Amino acid sequence: MTDGVTQPPRTWQRYTLDQKLLRFGIYLAMVLAVVQSVRYVNIIPEFLADAPEQMVDLFNRMWPIDWAYYPQDVNSALIETIHIATLGTIIAVFLAIPVGLLAANNYTPNRFLNFIARLILVSSRSVNSLVWALLFIAIFGPGALAGTLAIAFRSIGFVGKLIGEAIEETSVGSIEALKASGASKGALLNYGYWPQIKPAFWSLVLLRWDINVRESAVLGLVGAGGIGMTLDTAMNLFQWERVAVILVAIFAVVILAEIVITQVRKRIL
Amino acid sequence: MASMSSQTLPSSVHKPFSLTWKVRLGFLALLIYVIYAAAQLDFTYARFVSGLDNAATFLQRMFPPNFDRSAILIKGMVESLQIAVLASVLGIAISLPIGLLGARNLMPSWATWPARSLVALCRALHPVIVAILFVKAVGFGALAGILALTVASIGFIGKLFTEAVEEISIKQVEAVRATGASFFNIITFSVLPQVFARFVGFSTYQFDSNLRNSTMVGIVGAGGIGGTLFSAFQRFDYDFVAAILITIITVIMIGEVLAGFLRSVFLDNLRPADLWRKRPLKAGGASND
Repeated sequence: MTDGVTQPPRTWQRYTLDQKLLRFGIYLAMVLAVVQSVRYVNIIPEFLADAPEQMVDLFNRMWPIDWAYYPQDVNSALIETIHIATLGTIIAVFLAIPVGLLAANNYTPNRFLNFIARLILVSSRSVNSLVWALLFIAIFGPGALAGTLAIAFRSIGFVGKLIGEAIEETSVGSIEALKASGASKGALLNYGYWPQIKPAFWSLVLLRWDINVRESAVLGLVGAGGIGMTLDTAMNLFQWERVAVILVAIFAVVILAEIVITQVRKRIL
Repeated sequence: MASMSSQTLPSSVHKPFSLTWKVRLGFLALLIYVIYAAAQLDFTYARFVSGLDNAATFLQRMFPPNFDRSAILIKGMVESLQIAVLASVLGIAISLPIGLLGARNLMPSWATWPARSLVALCRALHPVIVAILFVKAVGFGALAGILALTVASIGFIGKLFTEAVEEISIKQVEAVRATGASFFNIITFSVLPQVFARFVGFSTYQFDSNLRNSTMVGIVGAGGIGGTLFSAFQRFDYDFVAAILITIITVIMIGEVLAGFLRSVFLDNLRPADLWRKRPLKAGGASND
């Protein structure tokens, strides 16, 4: 609307008219989206009405918690879940480092390679880990192998993107000094980039491991191993006392993972 | 020349990436763990090789994608969008007061610890597991999905919002308080303006992640496209699976572009004229700014 030629304003205004209009337009679009969603979303009023009652019923069925079930099935499944998360993260880091290097424009000054790497990273992140799990189940059959690969492939996008960004944010001083001394690409990486991105690298690996512990608990629902499978079985058999044990176990592992992360972060960062 | 370089680089210099015994031990431990875990999880070479065969047939059956049942596809996708919108709005509306209550610099401890533990509880379980519980509680359908993603949103925004409020400058609060403002005026005029920018960031990020998860909660029966996707997998309709996946990825990418656009309008004060000049979103993803 208004072009660059403007008189100095008489009264100070925070936003120009077109900025205001744009903001107003966005608010309007949000309200419209909410109204449309409320009108057409398929909610059954009867279900909504007796939801509190059903919740109470659900918790009544879960009580008392069947602790005896823990050593029987839950413990081994829990360990399997942690293995899936850890191994998946390790595989993801090894696969993501080259992609992240290719995505960083200052390390790989080639637009085409950057684009390809970004495409890999975006597609990895756009597919949910459950979908990756379904794909790998179709290929390798149900079990922990599919789950581990699902975690790994889902994490490549996250780890690779953040490694790429960390490399792009490195300061150019030490890199240029190394280049001036005739360092090779590998030496640049070892002595120039790695010391600068080291804290970011470890913190994102830890963060991803934490996320993966949560995610790997769900994979079993589609048959990709871990505690999710135990959960699925217990629910299909309506053994709610066992479901409660499993939920408590998942909860405990998630909290434990967070404690481990904070401790490790304190030590190495 | 040679003598000079040997002088400036003594052999005992600390090399940042050299394999010291610590690093070597670390890699060895990693290798041992990988072998041990792989054995625990029953990875075998034979399985891997037969999998490659399956992958070939699987990919062959996925292509070309089959868009014949686009009516089901669109219906499911629209429901996913509705779930994402409603869960984001509800989640943001609830997490605002809870996030404020959790801020230690504004609230007494009897208010912060319940708020903080509620947020931690919401964050602990994966949205899909929460969705299962809601499916059992309120029945199959979109309602369970909305509630599950609302819980996830409270967990995420509540935590970050609390942290943002704890980082504000207290001077502005004191200035407003000195004018004799009421508690709510202090919040509106000294706290919220300081955290608004970050709040826009959290909200768009959460919408993005709700959109992703809303396409998934259907796997456990909580509405949206996920149910269609899961049953297509179970019926080995791989060409339909490919069609659904392409649609989901497209919608998520459009959502990312929209979120980036929203952020540039609210945070960089983008003007309509700028829309044609610069691209609001780089190819890399949403959190580039």
